[in-house]
Amino acid sequence: MKTILMLIVVSFPGLSFVSGAEKITVKGSDTMVILGQRWAEMYMRAHKDVIIQVTGGGSGTGISALINGTTDICNSSRPIKESERAKLSEKQGSRGVEIKCALDGLAIYVHESNPVKELTLGQIKDIYVGKIKNWKEVGGLDQRIILYSRENNSGTYVYFKDEVLGGMDFAKNAQNMAGTAAVVNAVAKDKASIGYGGAAYGKGIRELSVKQDATSPAYAPTMENIRTGKYPISRFLFMYTKSRPSGALKKYIDWTLSAEGQKIVGEVGYFPIR
Amino acid sequence: MVSLAAIVLIFLFVFREAAPIFVHKEKPVRPDVVEEEETYGEEFLGEGAQRLSEESAGKPSVESSGSEGEASLSNLLSTTWQPVATEPKYGLWPLIVGTLKVTVIAIVIAAPLAILAALFTSSFAPRWSREYIKPAIELLAGFPSVVIGFFALVTLATAMQNVFGYQYRLNVLLGGIAMSLAVIPIVYTVSEDAITAVPRFITEASLALGATKWQTALFVTLPAATPGVFAAILLGFGRAFGETMIVLMATGNAALISWSILEPVRTMSATIGAEMAEVVFGDTHYHVLFFIGAILFIFTFTLNAVAEVFIRQRLLKRFKGA
Repeated sequence: MKTILMLIVVSFPGLSFVSGAEKITVKGSDTMVILGQRWAEMYMRAHKDVIIQVTGGGSGTGISALINGTTDICNSSRPIKESERAKLSEKQGSRGVEIKCALDGLAIYVHESNPVKELTLGQIKDIYVGKIKNWKEVGGLDQRIILYSRENNSGTYVYFKDEVLGGMDFAKNAQNMAGTAAVVNAVAKDKASIGYGGAAYGKGIRELSVKQDATSPAYAPTMENIRTGKYPISRFLFMYTKSRPSGALKKYIDWTLSAEGQKIVGEVGYFPIR
Repeated sequence: MVSLAAIVLIFLFVFREAAPIFVHKEKPVRPDVVEEEETYGEEFLGEGAQRLSEESAGKPSVESSGSEGEASLSNLLSTTWQPVATEPKYGLWPLIVGTLKVTVIAIVIAAPLAILAALFTSSFAPRWSREYIKPAIELLAGFPSVVIGFFALVTLATAMQNVFGYQYRLNVLLGGIAMSLAVIPIVYTVSEDAITAVPRFITEASLALGATKWQTALFVTLPAATPGVFAAILLGFGRAFGETMIVLMATGNAALISWSILEPVRTMSATIGAEMAEVVFGDTHYHVLFFIGAILFIFTFTLNAVAEVFIRQRLLKRFKGA
């Protein structure tokens, strides 16, 4: 028994010597997992000496991994919070570096048979805080609105609450789904429902056009409208590092921000920052 | 002994993480001067992105996400669960009520089915078929709950909504039915053991007095095995109480307090499962989640202990005395 344990202990550092390559770990937002993996895949194809490991788990998981020093890059679909910055500087002696790496439009989904085509930001807010309860109040059928939301600590939830609800609480009967895919799936099966999530996931349902207010024109969440900033609900996707990137890490991050890296952003379904 | 020590250690760990919510700690003083945050790669930003960037910089952040609120006892006993808000509300009642609702429905569906099935295999089924039925049902006990949850979410939910035509696709009833699939094998196995353990002379005496097989099974064998069957139900209750994946996927996760079984619901275990990954480690929300874990732990531990020690012992004693 003892010898086996010894062998394991001895062989572990040995393994990492064998590979000899630069290793970059990326952890965080589930929204960004596909993007991160595509980046890593393409980058590793061109740079054989770099190994990039990408895992999800959620923005909060990524940030706490950054705080604990177990990841090099943290993907996050929300800006880092003040309390987290404080913890980071306490543990790592740095307040972190923010890298805006892509744009994401937040689409509002309804069932494809729903006659409602567009809503104002104010109407969306009233629907989600529970003031508007029936579709006929916004020009739809006489049906009670079924609300679908995200789990209360996803970056998407926090963003929606801050930007669309102005910080107000969601209605209590909003159902929290475990992922954007689950929201899409639920909305696609529920005729009276409404949901929200990344535009990248919008398949099988209809996305509403959104108006800033009652008098302004409505814009659909298309590539063009989001890049020019006309569609009113869009957000940045972030990467965070402990300190200003250098060496292999800097090379990788520069590459993700380059034309080549940003092209992949578009392919995955998000929107390039440039 | 080792397993007991492990249980105690796990509990100590969970409770240690939960404890800080009861200790009033001083709020960290925020610096008056907000430091310039370091960014990287801003020079790459295009037109639309730049506008968005300036907009968000000019706006004071709502910081609804900084869940640094106090979790006082009155807050824990309130009726709203909104942990991510300008004023986080950690009311546990909706979660407790929700957990009980789903659990009770699961047991009400699972217990009669499982117990009758157990009675059938031990008293009526031919010996050879029992050899197959019991392992098959026990195999169900090892069925991954995420598969059951997914089945409920995708297939069962639509089928049930088509039949009953209710408003919320995901609700307590659906969660309870899906959960009963996970509970049935446990109740079945334990109660089958209890029924088989009833000494032959009792059933034979009944048959000799002219009772039919049915009468014997329902009025003699089953009552004799009652403590064991009761233990089975308690174990099933414990399983349902702690089950996470099925309720997370099939119940809609809205923290409501109501007695309706056709509304979505949020359970304690699903709350931990959904929120633990994203929470800011070490803040109040984190400790409250551990507190919920401690409650779950105490509850299931008590149920299992009562089922195992008290009732099983009594069952054995009764037959030894007979």
